[in-house]
Amino acid sequence: MLTLPITLNRRPATLIEQARWLCRERAAATAVVLVEHEGDRRLSYGAFFEGAARFAGALEACGVQPGDLVVLVLQHGEAVLSGFWGALLLGAVPSIFPFLSDKLDRERYFDSVRQLVAHSGVRVVIAGPELHAPLRDRLAGIPSLAAVLNIEDVVQAQRPAPLEEYLNRHPADAGATAFLQHSSGSTGLQKGVMLSHRAVLNHIAGYSAAINLTPDDVVVSWLPLYHDMGLIAGFIMPILQGIPLVLMSPFHWVRDPKILLWAIHHHRGTLCWLPNFAYNFLATRVRPAAIHGLDLSSLRAVINCSEPVYAESHRIFLEQYAYYGLRESALATCYAMAENTFAVTQSALEMPPPLDVVDRRALMEDRRAVPVDNGLKPLAPTVTLVSCGVPIPNCEIKIVDEQRRPLPERFIGEIALRSSSMLSGYYRRPDATAEVMAGGWYFTGDMGYLAGGELYITGRKKDLIIVGGKNVYPQDIENLLNDIPGLHPGRAVAFGVFNESLGTEDIAIVAEADTDDPEARADIMREIRARVAQNTDVTARYVHLVEPKWLIKTSSGKVARRANRERFIETVLNRVPEQRG
Amino acid sequence: MRDQLRDYIKTHMIKDPTYPLKDDEPLITGGLVDSFSLVELAVFIEDTFGARFDDPELTAENMDTVNQILSNIEAKQ
Repeated sequence: MLTLPITLNRRPATLIEQARWLCRERAAATAVVLVEHEGDRRLSYGAFFEGAARFAGALEACGVQPGDLVVLVLQHGEAVLSGFWGALLLGAVPSIFPFLSDKLDRERYFDSVRQLVAHSGVRVVIAGPELHAPLRDRLAGIPSLAAVLNIEDVVQAQRPAPLEEYLNRHPADAGATAFLQHSSGSTGLQKGVMLSHRAVLNHIAGYSAAINLTPDDVVVSWLPLYHDMGLIAGFIMPILQGIPLVLMSPFHWVRDPKILLWAIHHHRGTLCWLPNFAYNFLATRVRPAAIHGLDLSSLRAVINCSEPVYAESHRIFLEQYAYYGLRESALATCYAMAENTFAVTQSALEMPPPLDVVDRRALMEDRRAVPVDNGLKPLAPTVTLVSCGVPIPNCEIKIVDEQRRPLPERFIGEIALRSSSMLSGYYRRPDATAEVMAGGWYFTGDMGYLAGGELYITGRKKDLIIVGGKNVYPQDIENLLNDIPGLHPGRAVAFGVFNESLGTEDIAIVAEADTDDPEARADIMREIRARVAQNTDVTARYVHLVEPKWLIKTSSGKVARRANRERFIETVLNRVPEQRG
Repeated sequence: MRDQLRDYIKTHMIKDPTYPLKDDEPLITGGLVDSFSLVELAVFIEDTFGARFDDPELTAENMDTVNQILSNIEAKQ
């Protein structure tokens, strides 16, 4: 009987050592099934690492040395997987950059790649044929950069790939950085989270135990690989553990969400990670006629992660798919961040996560989670929170106050964590590292409380907006609007408003305009929306112009985001009831 | 049909019934509609006008303006 290669008691020193084991022990087994427009394509571990060795050869020919940064600017597909592992085989440090979308402005996008390459001293950029030439032009003259590699050249070169030799080279030790995850944020402010081989393998061991991973599991994922959930749960973990990964592109999935369900059906998928909005999206956007005969009974866990979890999203997802064999016990939750490799907490599998019904006033005003017995106080306004589970093995958490002193259970404070899978630091950003790490603890900036050992999240970092799993910082949006003619500079505010039917947040922008002319106002609104879409790849749902002096300022003269959000909700959203067709 | 489509986009997607939406205004690249909402729009079009868009057709190239969407609907009816 097969056993998992990486467990709490047994783990290799580096990812390369694990690749050697996989090539020797699992060469013929399925590593990846790529769900593509033309159909499914299967890669064995042998073929997968042969492909990685071809990229290693091409990178080496460019002069890539152990420790060098390699950035992948690629669409979802085989090349991004093999390119990532090609860099790993050399002991180089890969990092995946989000791909250009329909909405983003091309020049702004190239500019953000250029900033990353220049600031981080990237050695090689790997690009597809569609972006290779423009990237080569835009990145010319950066001293650290040896080459912009076109994947077509790598594939066509037919260079002999000395896989065996790479597997036996030992270019990295356990403490060396394996890869960077770029924490989301504005393109200019991205921080590269450095993760060592040891941290990644500790995490795979701990998280596998938390979800009772077995060699019979099959992971199905549409998640983007530049985000921790997609990279770790939807790529690194299944590959390292020798279990099949069924992978599709996020662009493909958004247009055709049923492909995820059919991939689970055809490959008997057992595990799937989704951000909260995807539960609503799948519950409401798949036509019943398109899933006739679907069987989801193979799923043992659908894990809600990377956005605030809403009980209602779970409910409508279950209501829609119970008929197709989805079990309520498969609903699970997780709290994760790139700085801990991925997961911090995980709810117990085989049972739905606990709900905590607490007093709304005490939560908001006293910063305490006071449980409410609805039978006794049926009229007290309450909030229902979904547990994100308990810390995974080799990870501990505590809740602290503003002076970073521990708080008791059911007090709301900042979540701090300490584990064997934490970041080594932010790449070339000791200042940013020192801000969040102290005494062996990482201070997440997220707010929450513990109750019965379970973690409940109540708020997040600095007004962060999460739209469809994507983190958006309001200041980045506000900065884009400063020089729009007709707007008062510095008098625009952005914030998130929860959208119940989508299960995620909508972006709202309120800005003070000088003019009453309807045409001029329409042009301003157009410009706001266009700038937001082209620069951040998210869509502003509400754009609301107000007269000068509408926005509430803080004592220091800055626009107060939260107060204006409340004002917008009270005076605009709640006054115009949403029309439903 | 044009007015119905425009009203739906303004009310449900832009959330501003008074917005002066132009027929050649780019919806996706102009930041008015995101790709998740395209599926929602397709469901509305199918229910209201009986024209069915398959999911792979829901791209910025096919659906970026009111005019484009209308001509695609007419081609299907």
